[in-house]
Amino acid sequence: MAGMPGQGTVVQAGLSKGSEDLMTASAGATIDVVVGRADIVADQVVSLVLRRADGLPFEAWQPGAHIDVHVGDGLVRQYSLCSSPEELDHLRIGVLHVPDSRGGSKAVHALLPGTPLAISAPRNNFPLRESRRYLFLAGGIGITPIIPMLEAADAAGKEWTLVYGGRSRKTMAFAQQLEDRYGVDRIRVVAEDEVGRLDLDQVLAMPRAHMLVYACGPGGLLGAVEERCMGWPPGALHTERFVASTLGAAAANAPFEVELARTGSTVSVTNDKTILEAVEEVGVRVLSSCRHGLCGTCETQIISGEPEHRDAVLSEEDREAGEIMLVCVSRAAAGCPRLVLDL
Amino acid sequence: MTVSTHEANVLGEDPFETANLLDPYPFLGLLRDAGAVSYLESTGSYAVAGYQEVYEVLTDFETYISSGGLGPRDIRKDSGWRPPSILESDPPIHTVMRRALTGVINPGTVRALREPFTPPAEELTEQLAGRERFDAITDLAEKYPLRVFPDAVGIPDVGREHLLPYGNMVFNAFGPENYIFKQAFAQGDEHAAAVMRNCQRENLDDTGFGAQIWKRVEDGFITEQQATLLVRALLSAGVDTTIFGIGNTISVLARYPEAWARLRENPKMAKFAVDEALRLESPFQKFHRTVAVDTVLGGVHLPAGAKVLVFLGAANRDPRKWGDNADEFDLDRNASGHVAFGMGLHQCVGQPIARLEMEIVLQQLLQRVSTIEPDGTPVPILHNVLRGFESLPVRITTG
Ligand code: HEM
Ligand code: FES
Repeated sequence: MAGMPGQGTVVQAGLSKGSEDLMTASAGATIDVVVGRADIVADQVVSLVLRRADGLPFEAWQPGAHIDVHVGDGLVRQYSLCSSPEELDHLRIGVLHVPDSRGGSKAVHALLPGTPLAISAPRNNFPLRESRRYLFLAGGIGITPIIPMLEAADAAGKEWTLVYGGRSRKTMAFAQQLEDRYGVDRIRVVAEDEVGRLDLDQVLAMPRAHMLVYACGPGGLLGAVEERCMGWPPGALHTERFVASTLGAAAANAPFEVELARTGSTVSVTNDKTILEAVEEVGVRVLSSCRHGLCGTCETQIISGEPEHRDAVLSEEDREAGEIMLVCVSRAAAGCPRLVLDL
Repeated sequence: MTVSTHEANVLGEDPFETANLLDPYPFLGLLRDAGAVSYLESTGSYAVAGYQEVYEVLTDFETYISSGGLGPRDIRKDSGWRPPSILESDPPIHTVMRRALTGVINPGTVRALREPFTPPAEELTEQLAGRERFDAITDLAEKYPLRVFPDAVGIPDVGREHLLPYGNMVFNAFGPENYIFKQAFAQGDEHAAAVMRNCQRENLDDTGFGAQIWKRVEDGFITEQQATLLVRALLSAGVDTTIFGIGNTISVLARYPEAWARLRENPKMAKFAVDEALRLESPFQKFHRTVAVDTVLGGVHLPAGAKVLVFLGAANRDPRKWGDNADEFDLDRNASGHVAFGMGLHQCVGQPIARLEMEIVLQQLLQRVSTIEPDGTPVPILHNVLRGFESLPVRITTG
């Protein structure tokens, strides 16, 4: 869908995402951890508490961050962190068992306390930007990255509400804890079997000044949210989408190189940087505006290589044609170590 | 919580006085220096000219509303001269209209226009390159948008001559009812009727933005009246602004020959030049908002119902935001964040179209013209809220 006024760039979630690991050692060192607790927190949802094997605290992270979990047999899955960034002695992830997934969540579901695992350091593609008000929208297991956001918004004294939709309360992880902690005025749990489907027309009918919308959930929900947010201020919406587990594209930010055909130089894009940032750092200018993949300003011609589009601007045809990309958010596709751009 | 407030600085100077319209910048400097918020005796409104305050007013659309109209009168009390447009609405009415419009005009749909928008620019610039001197306004800036934009909307050929006079009415009505306003409205009924006719479903071709907006009526998204108003919004907001945008860009570049030379070497930089020119000579200089509830801005108490005159063109030259050379054109400046297209909820829907038109014209000129310089004094247009030129004689060399 084209022209959505939201940041629809990122594909990390609390759901196993089908990214076959193609990352090499250069993608970043792994951290050895041990599963501390494994609790069933809803139908098909297990919450895992991870501690470092060496007993040290984890490095600081921000709400919206995720980790890669090496689940064995070369499989890597990304999971959003749902613990508190204030407590660095452990990390917590919530994992939904997806029956047709290619092993990631099944493998994670089989983990018992004491199991050693390798993970990446936390990375954040879904950061909570400073604003005065927030509307959080979660569908199903999409609640996971939102949980630390609620804590941060609440601690900062922001005006916020969460609307959390799911099939039934028993499938909705953490719903009860969140209601207990923040109260039902702020936490609106919408269980389909009780009150029917989430009415997005009503939830998003009235844009508010200085309100950002953070939405995480399955593609269908996010598409509907994006559509409705076209009447909101440009840039108000931030989304994190689950990738269908059959997609197989790496959602991880693997590093790659970009050759600047006109400038005649090559820059490496590390996993914590966008192409735009990497290119700007070597003094090459690219016109940009939103820097979140929603305005189309940073559109750049691709000379060779295959992109992974993470913007909310390009149409399906544009994506398939593979001739242009939005360098403020999009990256090289898994298995494509080098992009050549007309810069 | 009590916030200590002080009185707004009262200014006797009138931003709508002829001299201040023809050359707005001395007055804008004065206004910025007078404090965060001033009170203008001449118009009975408050005024903001600093980047920070302008940004705040534009983004806090609950406190500073649009349904009071963009002019000095409160059209909620005192009905306006036409049914309110998207520009003159607040959520949730605005939300529905904006959603429909963004679905039709967005970076994806606008990209497809590059192809049809290029040949007319080639043709116009090719003709001009054969001459030593021409008028960048009447021979180019005024011609190009009229060649491409009405086709993109899909209106018939008959009645196009009313577009410019109608745009002139719409925008001048964002200022006071002075002699400029009256002149613009002289044959107002005729122009308005002609433009409204072209907003009707049966008068629009099947492929343009107009028809796509009407498609939203079939889908049950918007009413017929809203579709008419949205097409009208495109026709009124999309022509004059872009003409001035093109003219202003050329006027700036004619004064900066080094920039022209660098652009010739690297025509892909045309979009940076356009962005910086929009910052420096913003076509849409100012409009009003209405204060919805008592509030405090920059330490000044603003009562509900007050009008605030928002000076985009001044925010775009605020040295606190843009540095000491804010009044200069700098091709290397990162101009992003300028408010020439507004900011937030009402931020220009037509921005990708306007940028595309401006970039194409400039690139085509750069391909053919080696040097361009002023050839006599440019004549600024006398307009209540837009900044542009009536005439801009230039001399060129080619090769
Ligand atoms: C360089 C050219 C242009 C400039 C400088 C410009 C400037 C602006 C500004 C400053 C606003 C915001 C007004 C406010 O906040 O109340 C605006 C809104 C708007 N513009 Fe433009 N504009 C340009 C071209 C266009 C074009 C080509 C179109 C039509 C396709 C267009 C259609 C609109 C519409 C419909 C709105 C109202 C949006 C809303 O209220 O949500 N503009 N424009
Ligand atoms: S899409 Fe807005 S800067 Fe990249």
